[in-house]
Amino acid sequence: MTNIIEVRELVKEFSGVKAVNGISFEVSRGEIFGFLGPNGAGKSTTMKILATLLKPTSGYAVLNGLDIRANPQGVRQSIGMVFQETTLDEKLTARENLMFHGLLYNIPGKALRERMTKVLGMVELTERQDSLVRTFSGGMKRRLEIARGLIHYPKVLFLDEPTVGLDPQTRSHIWEYIHELRKQEGLTIFLTTHYMDEAENCDRIAIIDHGQIVALDTPAGLKAQVGGDLIRMVVKDKHRIKELLQKEFSLSAREFAEELQLETGKGEEFIPVLISKLPGQIQAISLHKPTLDDVFLKLTGREIREEVVNSKWLAKGRRWRK
Amino acid sequence: MTRELKAIYVIWLRDVLRFFREKPRIIGMIGQPLLYLLIMGNGLSATLRLHGAPPGFSYLEFMYPGIIGMSVLFTSVYSAISIVWDREFGFLKEVLVAPVPRWAVAVGKAVGGSTISMLQATILLMIGPFLGIKLTAVTVLSLWCVLFIIAFSLTSLGIIIASRMESMEGFQMIMNFLVMPLFFLSGAMFPLRGVQPWMESLMRIDPLTYGVDAIRNIFFAQSPYREIMVQFSLATDLLVISGMALVFIFLAAYSFSHAK
Ligand SMILES: Nc1ncnc2c1ncn2[C@@H]1O[C@H](COP(=O)(O)OP(=O)(O)O)[C@@H](O)[C@H]1O
Ligand SMILES: [Mg+2]
Repeated sequence: MTNIIEVRELVKEFSGVKAVNGISFEVSRGEIFGFLGPNGAGKSTTMKILATLLKPTSGYAVLNGLDIRANPQGVRQSIGMVFQETTLDEKLTARENLMFHGLLYNIPGKALRERMTKVLGMVELTERQDSLVRTFSGGMKRRLEIARGLIHYPKVLFLDEPTVGLDPQTRSHIWEYIHELRKQEGLTIFLTTHYMDEAENCDRIAIIDHGQIVALDTPAGLKAQVGGDLIRMVVKDKHRIKELLQKEFSLSAREFAEELQLETGKGEEFIPVLISKLPGQIQAISLHKPTLDDVFLKLTGREIREEVVNSKWLAKGRRWRK
Repeated sequence: MTRELKAIYVIWLRDVLRFFREKPRIIGMIGQPLLYLLIMGNGLSATLRLHGAPPGFSYLEFMYPGIIGMSVLFTSVYSAISIVWDREFGFLKEVLVAPVPRWAVAVGKAVGGSTISMLQATILLMIGPFLGIKLTAVTVLSLWCVLFIIAFSLTSLGIIIASRMESMEGFQMIMNFLVMPLFFLSGAMFPLRGVQPWMESLMRIDPLTYGVDAIRNIFFAQSPYREIMVQFSLATDLLVISGMALVFIFLAAYSFSHAK
């Protein structure tokens, strides 16, 4: 079996409101799989159901060959979980937090000490292992939580918004760990994020909105759905060049006050062709590759501006847009 | 079984380690009962005479066992209720996602909360002699056993409540409508003698009544005032509080396993 997670028609209602509304997907072994969506989309709820912390209202999910309803203990043994909010005990030291985790997962003393030393080294916290977690920065706490989630050699590591609230440098650092971890044999990573740019790090992404998956593909595949690359250029005679583009390449460019815009397939290959066809005509040219922002916009039909106006989004919209 | 025992040990150890690292909590825990003792004990003894008490008997002596019962009550319930907060935002989430049965978590919490209560009670016992209360080694040892049973059942009671609470919002309600009545009806502050029958029935179903009575039974075992201090025999008290401990821990383990 290559799929380590299989989810079918998962539904979770909270007092009549469907937070998760019929989600189905698979994650294959060794994959970095991401849930991308705005706050309240149902990402954490889905993750908590898979981690056996919430019971689904209906639907079915199998993790590592184990039914999440029938065998929650087995599922728990197979997963590592890093929650959206920190679940470290801040009044304990880093080492104590790891030790308690090891005891809960029934790791024998000697093996536990070895693994603690190893994971502490991996997340570069060896020197701070005997400090109270309260004295740690946000990034250090996150690293410690990731280390803790790995001590019992899980098959799947769940990371719920692993980089939220961290500075860009720490964020990219965390991503380095995630990529390193994947190289580790057999480890599958399932994460959620609402940062568009970060989702690009995943092998495959499910875009989730209002409790439903609206698209599921590789980042490149998703972006291909939006259409082609956007080329923007400043030219001397917009009107004439627009007609020329139509005739030569059957491309309909859009005319704006300052520039012409056109959509094509491989923009980076098309630009040299354009320049040689129109010698001396182009004053400036730029290429805009579609982003996941564009994908979300296209799929949900929601303008980011609308999101901000809508009061529900006021607080969250900013982070969502980054 | 080792897995379950380890889980109980982790939950217990965490509570104890945290306790020793929270200086304000320790101060509050000792300060509050001391204040009660000194202010109310002294104030009331000036105005109040116990019904049938011989001259020279101090109200402080009557209060002291009650105050220990009070501290155990508050600390045990508080330890247990903190589960609610911890489950939503803290370390307990990490425990709940680990492959340990829920009942072991509940038992660990009950042992942990009881231990904290016992630490507090021990400090109060050490203060006793300075207030002129005579304690023998036998008294202290017997008290420890009884206090542990009381603390264990009260923490379990707290866990039953906490399993049904979704947020800390209900905490004040619980304090006002459960913990305070339990406390006042237990006879910890004033003897519930010659009260209205309805009040007496309430008092008789308050589990803490038997706890406080057991403490007094031990305290005043050799005292000439024993007869006016206690209401039941020590055997009755022990039977009730042990039964209570058993019933409550089973209910706590059950409720906690089936929470949400
Ligand atoms: N315990 C709960 N009780 C009631 N509603 C909830 C609960 N947990 C989540 N929700 C609701 O379910 C929706 C999805 O939440 P969540 O899964 O946390 O979203 P995300 O992680 O994508 O931001 C939200 O509208 C949220 O308010
Ligand atoms: Mg979330």
